[in-house]
Amino acid sequence: MKKLLSFFPALLAVVLLSNFVDGPAGYQVGDKVADFKLKNVDGKMVSLADNKAAKGYIVVFTCNTCPYAKAYESRIIELHQKYAPQGYPVVAINPNDPATVPGDSYAEMKSRAASKKYPFAYLQDETQQVARTYGATRTPHLYVVSRKGADLVVSYIGAIDDNSEDAKLVKTKYVEQAMTDILAGKPAALSSTKAIGCTIKWKKNG
Amino acid sequence: MKFLTLFLLVTGLLYGASAQAQQVAVIKLPELQKRLSQQNDTTYVVNFWATWCAPCVKELPLFEQLNTTHAGKKVKVLLVSMDYASQLDKKVKPFVLKRGLKSEVVLLNESDPNTYMDKVDPKWSGALPFTVIWNGRKNRRATFEKEFTQAELTAEISKFLQ
Repeated sequence: MKKLLSFFPALLAVVLLSNFVDGPAGYQVGDKVADFKLKNVDGKMVSLADNKAAKGYIVVFTCNTCPYAKAYESRIIELHQKYAPQGYPVVAINPNDPATVPGDSYAEMKSRAASKKYPFAYLQDETQQVARTYGATRTPHLYVVSRKGADLVVSYIGAIDDNSEDAKLVKTKYVEQAMTDILAGKPAALSSTKAIGCTIKWKKNG
Repeated sequence: MKFLTLFLLVTGLLYGASAQAQQVAVIKLPELQKRLSQQNDTTYVVNFWATWCAPCVKELPLFEQLNTTHAGKKVKVLLVSMDYASQLDKKVKPFVLKRGLKSEVVLLNESDPNTYMDKVDPKWSGALPFTVIWNGRKNRRATFEKEFTQAELTAEISKFLQ
């Protein structure tokens, strides 16, 4: 028992350290994604398997409150309008803990989706399990998943474009560039990019 | 006449002091890289934050405190604002002044994170706050993509000062 006790702090240190150094694990490009069942702002439960016609999805972790998410809101709507007809609808997921950020409550999500007329599903990740599984760290954080046989596989992870402040100054639209490859049946030439965003507000002790 | 000179001198000094308190240099990636690679026996604590980032604003006092708790111990704090350069006068400078920040504050003026983030640190996924602590002489470096508690920050810094 004594041995075990003295071992414990070392084990704890290793666990904590690996958390600090590597951040949460999550999907990489090429990984098969697990389906989920989350509540949409219309009250219905949504899974990726529901839409049989979809060739894939543009899954974006976003929220009501982050300035970067707000800056990208209309660009996310445009992505849906452009790619939903080509088989890749947007699925927006809000992973923030409403106890930490009241502006990200389910009621606030409903009113945001209504006032901005979201044409896509806006889901609440109440347990934050989906964000953890994906390895999302910030809002917005975007994943393109594509159907490969019976599976959905990650094809792109990262940024929407190269200028969050001003859509007019964008030089490279990273997602659209990737989507061009994906729709042509090729792997995205640039399949992983980085962007600044707000940390996901994790539940305390979670 | 003497009074006038004195008046001008005093207002000049006051003005100078307040202008200095508001100074926030706007820098590009190469300058930041230079700052992030200094090889000497100082322990550098570089925190990436933004005025709009609530957890960042909450933990700023912890970094500020290092200037007093570790005074004379070769610890240097650099606060890198990720606010847009267009917000420098409207948001960043007033914030720095209002909070009376003593640490050096710079604003990184780069628009495409995908091109600079890996050069800052490959482990940075893009969430704020993000903090790099390193000591060139000791060849030790650690990164944190999270908000610190007082105890965590103290513990991490002490590892560098051993």
